[in-house]
Amino acid sequence: MSDTQTQTAFAFTSENLTRAAAIIAKYPEDYHASAVLPLLHLAQKQNAGWLPQHVIDYVADFLKMPRIRVYEVATFYTMFNLKPVGKHHVQVCTSLPCWLRGSEAIVATCRESLGVDLGETTADGKFTLSEVECLCACVNAPIVQIGNDYFEDLDPDRLRGILAALKAGQSVKPGPQIGRKGGEPMEGLTTLTDEKAVLAPKWRKDDPRAGGA
Amino acid sequence: MPKLTIDGQSVEVPAGFTVIQACEVAGIEIPRFCYHERLSIAGNCRMCLVAMERSPKPIASCAQPVADGMVIHTNTEMVRKARRGVMEFLLLNHPLDCPICDQGGECDLQDQAMAYGYHGSRYQEPKRAVKEQDFGPLISTAMTRCIHCTRCIRFATEVAGVQELGATGRGEDMEVGTYVQKALSSELSGNMIDLCPVGALTNRPYAFEARSWELAKIESIDVMDAIGSNIRVDVRGPEVLRVLPRVNEDVNEEWISDKTRFACDGLMRQRLDRPYVRRNGKLQAATWDEAFAAIAERLKGVPGSRIAALAGDLACAESMYAVKELMAALGSTHLDCRQDGAPLDAENRAGYLFNTTIAGVEKADVCLLIGTDPRREAPILNARLRKRYLMGGFDIGLVGAATDLTYDYRPLGSGQGALDKILSGDDPFAKKLAGAKHPMLIVGMGALARPDGAAVLAQVGLLAERYHMVGRTDGWNGFNVLHTAASRVGGLTLGFVPGRGGKDTNGILEAASAGALDAVYLLGADEIDMGRLGHTFVIYQGHHGDAGAHRADVILPGAAYTEKSGTYVNTEGLVQRTTMAVFAPGEAREDWAIVRALSAALGRTLPFDDLATLRQRMVAAYPRLETLDHITPSTWRKVGVDGQTSDQPFVSPVENFYMTDPISRASPTMAACVDTFGAGTAKTGTHG
Repeated sequence: MSDTQTQTAFAFTSENLTRAAAIIAKYPEDYHASAVLPLLHLAQKQNAGWLPQHVIDYVADFLKMPRIRVYEVATFYTMFNLKPVGKHHVQVCTSLPCWLRGSEAIVATCRESLGVDLGETTADGKFTLSEVECLCACVNAPIVQIGNDYFEDLDPDRLRGILAALKAGQSVKPGPQIGRKGGEPMEGLTTLTDEKAVLAPKWRKDDPRAGGA
Repeated sequence: MPKLTIDGQSVEVPAGFTVIQACEVAGIEIPRFCYHERLSIAGNCRMCLVAMERSPKPIASCAQPVADGMVIHTNTEMVRKARRGVMEFLLLNHPLDCPICDQGGECDLQDQAMAYGYHGSRYQEPKRAVKEQDFGPLISTAMTRCIHCTRCIRFATEVAGVQELGATGRGEDMEVGTYVQKALSSELSGNMIDLCPVGALTNRPYAFEARSWELAKIESIDVMDAIGSNIRVDVRGPEVLRVLPRVNEDVNEEWISDKTRFACDGLMRQRLDRPYVRRNGKLQAATWDEAFAAIAERLKGVPGSRIAALAGDLACAESMYAVKELMAALGSTHLDCRQDGAPLDAENRAGYLFNTTIAGVEKADVCLLIGTDPRREAPILNARLRKRYLMGGFDIGLVGAATDLTYDYRPLGSGQGALDKILSGDDPFAKKLAGAKHPMLIVGMGALARPDGAAVLAQVGLLAERYHMVGRTDGWNGFNVLHTAASRVGGLTLGFVPGRGGKDTNGILEAASAGALDAVYLLGADEIDMGRLGHTFVIYQGHHGDAGAHRADVILPGAAYTEKSGTYVNTEGLVQRTTMAVFAPGEAREDWAIVRALSAALGRTLPFDDLATLRQRMVAAYPRLETLDHITPSTWRKVGVDGQTSDQPFVSPVENFYMTDPISRASPTMAACVDTFGAGTAKTGTHG
């Protein structure tokens, strides 16, 4: 990878230094290299969503790891962007469940309203469009991840609205776009409709949770 | 020990063996690419699949530990089909460029595709192409041919100790490389060429030179350092085209250093291929008779006490013996094989050998390095130290200049002061030494080849005694001298040192510059300060136009190590013999024969007419040189001379790993290495 951006010295902000220390503290003394994934994420977040080589080098030196070992990690995971990305990184899932639920139309909508193809960034540097593999929220397919947020239960119209709002600099509510909560059934609750069944469980007498022996 | 059945044959192997090793014990060949017995197990090429009873799928035999009662089949239809399938996958992206590939004819992929593959491929899609890597002047890459066995990555990480190679990207986009396009800063990098099972990494200076089947392969011994690596010299006609390692578990395992492998192109350059005589201040080509006549005339009437001889770093025992005999016949006792002036006592064998032996390093638990940089002085020994280090429980301390040795060590100081602290027990490392079962020390020429060397050696000897490295009843001897010259131990063994009333190297040079000597015989001695020879008549016998030849008054062209059968004794005291692979160029001759002919011209004919007779006489006089490929332990005696030491830091004599002798100095490949890596690879670290 060639580092086309002007190399500016990278260092964690003092806030991120504290975070990095907390992340590293989760691992035993001799296993600080285990913190490489979260630290790369932290660095990517601080560095406008992408990892130039000198930032990867910084993380490697930070963890006292050989640099090549960190290059291997950073190039293996598609979540690390090795090229600059726009302010909003639009990642469309095209894996099987999303495809069954219409991701082709989602991709087409993105292309049409952003005016760029997959893997490209808009001229104003605001949007980058990419295709990703399963985002692990199939129950809410089709899904688009923008930045760190998931936008779920999309159709071309809803997506157009979201993109328009982002273009206008407005904030958009992430999550399911059809009013349901998380992955609950589309037509409302079908089971556990009577909350008493949950709130007042009937324990067997010998169950310690029944209270009193 | 687990007992298992392989193809109906019952085999008992040590626990911890893998199935592929058990198959080898049973004499069954299992195809493989990623598996290598000296590297960690990767299990990613899948070529070694075999059938195991009660397993629904074929298993990767390289990664499957043996278990008692296991039943393995290596020759079923399922195994054959599995191999064919794996082969087909490996060849999906492999280019069909065998006709232009240097690996052709010695390619594992080619051989195994013939033996285990399909006749064709069902793959219709375009093949992928991968950008070349820049691995420096030694290795050329064709990464499209890479099958991702990761042997090179594991070698660099584990054996060479330079974490610079890796596999970046994923899936079809995976690429092996450095990611940042830089040359590999290892002095063992050439071994990756041997490890690569395909033509992805090939020998760059040898590129498109020859096909392996055109070459005559001659087994020999390396002389680029004092390790005596076992090598195979590949030649075509008069030219040495490449040098490869031979397996010797006790010396180099199956690795050789880059200098050993790549300096061979220096054998075709700067060669002295005819005698020269200096007339009117200019060296002019001459015949052998003229050269001998010039020497005879100059030495006429000169008493032996005004003649001296120095042996260089590449001299074989035979030529040193012959020169020693000649000097004795001329009545001179001024001779020395210690060009660097290291005050080693030829009478005290244990005092100048690497007594622990290279393989013995694996038994040591603490190691103290004194004035040595094993990575540059003897990369093969350094690989052994690293191997021991990776086993764990190995404390290493270094007295000398701090440098990247590829393993962790404790810097203890730069010179004599640090030694004093260890001797007195003040340094924390002293406790490690005191508590060790098998402590060892390695003292290098950086500590010995200096004016106070004898006193330093005495201190080091004291240290060895103080920490029970020597004089033990269990056979352990932890006192080690690491030599830098292939000839040195041989020279000391046959006493190529000053005789009664004789002068040593420094004495000879001093006498020469003061005009107290009339003639100096340089047997390939190039590492001395030629300016100090003054106006003395200098006879240079050697094979390269290096420092000695430039100063010489008569040049007698000799043979390099690939051009003669010569005996060399490595730093451990292991006696080995090179084999003549090619003839010396032009009128150059084997060295013993030159000395013999000269002795006749001087009217003091030496009593041997062929190499066999010379060897008979030599081993009769020095029986140590008789037993080939065997080390006889020596008894410990006090070393060095007590005296004043200076607090000058110890500095390794090898400033430039790639150029240490006339051959490597003449090598264009070594020159390219110096351009790329600088003199020592330490200077181009990962932070460059």
